[in-house]
Amino acid sequence: MSAESDNSAEPKVKRFMYVNRKAPHGTVYALEVLEMVLISAMFEQDVHIAFLDDGVFQVKKGQNPAVLEMKDFSKTYRALEGYGIEKVFIEKESMEERGLSADDLIIPVEVIGREELGALMESMDVVLSA
Amino acid sequence: MLHLVNKSPFERNTLEACLKRAPKGSSILLYEDAVYAALQGTTLSAAMTQAAKTHDIYVLTPDLTARGLDGASILEGVRPVDYDRFVDLTADKGTVQSWL
Repeated sequence: MSAESDNSAEPKVKRFMYVNRKAPHGTVYALEVLEMVLISAMFEQDVHIAFLDDGVFQVKKGQNPAVLEMKDFSKTYRALEGYGIEKVFIEKESMEERGLSADDLIIPVEVIGREELGALMESMDVVLSA
Repeated sequence: MLHLVNKSPFERNTLEACLKRAPKGSSILLYEDAVYAALQGTTLSAAMTQAAKTHDIYVLTPDLTARGLDGASILEGVRPVDYDRFVDLTADKGTVQSWL
């Protein structure tokens, strides 16, 4: 990155992380965060998404909430790449605690350890959690 | 970085989720029902005392007072703060994360 000018009015690209800790269909949090992420893509920020605790279930393959007459937004995660959102992380420990492996996921994500995830959060400008 | 926790650790796992990931040296503020985590003599006291050695842990005094805990014994190493200090912490500690 070169310092092009000292114009402090230039908007700074901030590091955002959306933290998902809740399972997908029992509450509306997962869908709401996903919509927030898609909207945020329009603002050209440095967007990161993390799945941890029960949030790892959001990206499990084979969801069929149609049987509950609910929207299957799990397919929308596949669209993230098309929105330029490629920094998607899942916590290894949370997956293992729940019997999941990377093969069970609907999208390719980066598997990171708990400690590494903590450090990554620390490096963000903004963390939004649900 | 400042981590915010507002649910009782006896009802929800948000404090545990926070403690598992907050790097050493980061700050954690307990408010609303999370203030119960700052009490002595609970099943969590030992773990919290330990956490206070590696993290800066704060508890919001008005939330203690509201719950009849202002005279209660707060764990050693947990620092009581008022609203003004809460605001200062959010300004001084950089990124804020609310564990919901």
